[in-house]
Amino acid sequence: MALTDSVRSSMTTATQHSQTATRAPARRRALRQALPYLLSLPALLVCIGILIPFFTAVYYSMMRFRLNLPMLKGFIWFDNYISFLSDGAFWNTLSISLIYAFVTVTGELILGLGIALLLVRPTRLNNAVSIMLLLPLMTAPALAALMWKLMTNPNFGILSYLVSLLGFENFKWASDPSTALLTVVLVDIWVYTPFIMILLLAGLRSLPKQPFEAAALDGVPRSFVFFRITLPMLMPYIITATLFRLLDSIQQFDIIYSMTQGGPGDRLMVFQVQSYLEFFQYTNVGRSAALLIVLWAITYALSNLFIKHWLKLRERAHGPA
Amino acid sequence: MYEKGRDLAAAFVRKQVSRRELIQRASQLGLSVAATSFFVNQAMSQAMAADFDWQKHKGTNLKLLLNKHPYADAMIANLDTFKSMTGMNVSYDIFPEDVYFDKVTAALSSGSSEYDAFMTGAYMTWTYGPAGWIEDLNEYIQDSDLTNPNYNWDDVLPGLRASTAWNGVPGGELGSADAKQWCIPWGYELNNVSYNKPMFDKVGVKPPKNLPEMVETAAKLTKDLGGPYGVGVRGSRSWATIHPGFLSGYSNYGQRDFSVSDGKLKAAMNTKESKAYHELWVKMIQESGPKNWSTYTWYQVGTDLGAGASAMIFDADILGYFMNGGDNKEKGNIHYAPFAANPAASAPTPNVWIWSLALSSFSGQKEAAWYFMQWASSVEHDLFGARKMDFVNPVRASVWKDEEFRNRIDKSYPGYLEQHDVSAPGAKIYFTAQPLFFDLTTQWAETLQKMVAKEVPVDEGLDQLAASVDKQLKDAGLGG
Repeated sequence: MALTDSVRSSMTTATQHSQTATRAPARRRALRQALPYLLSLPALLVCIGILIPFFTAVYYSMMRFRLNLPMLKGFIWFDNYISFLSDGAFWNTLSISLIYAFVTVTGELILGLGIALLLVRPTRLNNAVSIMLLLPLMTAPALAALMWKLMTNPNFGILSYLVSLLGFENFKWASDPSTALLTVVLVDIWVYTPFIMILLLAGLRSLPKQPFEAAALDGVPRSFVFFRITLPMLMPYIITATLFRLLDSIQQFDIIYSMTQGGPGDRLMVFQVQSYLEFFQYTNVGRSAALLIVLWAITYALSNLFIKHWLKLRERAHGPA
Repeated sequence: MYEKGRDLAAAFVRKQVSRRELIQRASQLGLSVAATSFFVNQAMSQAMAADFDWQKHKGTNLKLLLNKHPYADAMIANLDTFKSMTGMNVSYDIFPEDVYFDKVTAALSSGSSEYDAFMTGAYMTWTYGPAGWIEDLNEYIQDSDLTNPNYNWDDVLPGLRASTAWNGVPGGELGSADAKQWCIPWGYELNNVSYNKPMFDKVGVKPPKNLPEMVETAAKLTKDLGGPYGVGVRGSRSWATIHPGFLSGYSNYGQRDFSVSDGKLKAAMNTKESKAYHELWVKMIQESGPKNWSTYTWYQVGTDLGAGASAMIFDADILGYFMNGGDNKEKGNIHYAPFAANPAASAPTPNVWIWSLALSSFSGQKEAAWYFMQWASSVEHDLFGARKMDFVNPVRASVWKDEEFRNRIDKSYPGYLEQHDVSAPGAKIYFTAQPLFFDLTTQWAETLQKMVAKEVPVDEGLDQLAASVDKQLKDAGLGG
């Protein structure tokens, strides 16, 4: 009996050991299977954090929803979007936003590339200058706009004084519809050119030396080197910088709002300013959301275009991924 | 001495001692002006507390949302009086005006109960009221259990009481019998002329009495002064460009923003008379306004006058008041004059901006918040602000009669009392109350900018504006 008990007991212990032994690998296996999901969980949460406000905006954009006219609240599907088609103010907003983005990014690219080329040799002076040139980028754009507002004041602004020496006595900067766009573009270029410059400078300094050495040995003209060697090799950097700036620029708010609130008239009424006014001043939630969704669609289309182009360039340089 | 000083102040508050006697006896007691003021203020608070249970909400914590403004400064300077009288604790967030109303909209639209009461303008209540974000204060004012018997609501200037009450019907008359009192007037500004006396003397002109005269005077000042421009008015792309001088003059010509028929609104800014008024206004800015007029808010209009960059402004009287003090270059040189834009008008009809206090519907302690609001708009606090701080313009008739306040203003602000006294009877909000106020008035400012920039002729611009306004009213179910 005692023997039987002892055998049973040892058998039970053995079974327990064997169960523990089989449970541990099972747990490890489950953990291994869940690991990819666990690792991507933070990204998933961030994604949800982005998607919830996005879909809320989409929902509101399909509503007739003014906070101060609650009795009119209701679902109207795409009426807000359809009303844009016949709305001159919307087309004005669209064209101003695109012109602003195109002009600022072009200006910043040309200047940024020029400065980067001047500073490409990593001397002490060049390094110091490139750091100093970053200072405007560290200024808050709204603050930069206010600074420029003072500098362009026709009564005491330094820039007004300087242009008066050139014969432009009554230059009204942002107050005049014919020069308002130029003024805000100048501020944008002043603030953001260093961003492009620093990206392109990093790109230029990382280019392989051999093609340039070979070109120098062959006595190839500098313009040929720039257009046929430097520029093509730098193109991925240019596209990256352009993409970042274009997306930012088309969503411009602080510089324009601080300087002119979208005026004079409707001359600088870009998407973000219009949308901000629609929500915070007119409490028209539906229209404000619809404007932002249109802006998102434009931004999305532009980013896709640029990313595809960038991938093509990369493929050409390194072969298919 | 402490006891005697307190008794003397109490006797003064009970009107048993005249002001002259108070000053004489205080000096005999060796009391400084500051100490006497302290005793008087304390005695007033005690008198205020005598017939009402101010301690009912003792221990409650209130939170306010405030705009950075001299009215808020005066309240904060006197806040300990309220705290000691009620046993309540009051905290506040204070924001500059540029972002203030965004903060209010964000807090209220989200249904946040963080703030119990907040500063607002009357126009804003045309949004907040219909949205259900603020309380009708009639229910509190008329409840004798909730309101101090000495509150004396009727003492608040009638134009201001009416301007802050609306029945919620688009186009409904302000202050009508069925109107809801959306906020309590706290301090206000009316629009008249503030001018630089030495500059006027130098050129040999007198303050203009009407708009055609203003156009001429401003042009002469611009030409003869050789630097400063003639007249400062607002011009930014905002509703705030329309409400001060522009609408004050516009209403003086008998013009309205909308006509109301069968409960439907129709744009009225393209009448023949309105077009003539706009022509004059646009001409004045083109000839004698600031070069960068289209970026001008109240801030630039005021600081230009204070810095001697402009010779006069047609804007808020209190803007001229503040430019005559502080560190301003032209301190002491600013004078004031009443202004009726229409040569045929018998008196000015200034449109007003009223800083007011509103009670949030989301507050969890509305009664306690109302206690604060009635203290902050009481005669006692109004007097404190008017006498000791820069709480101009006070909203109570009794404060405007106060000798100490009048003497202080008269001494340092020549013409200020006169311009106020002449204009106050006609001072009220001249806009038609309706929910699209901000959209449509901003569009009006936008059109004005286009006219001044000569992008569109005045008559064509106004016709386009009226057509656009009518369409928006119709879309919102407010127009015919």
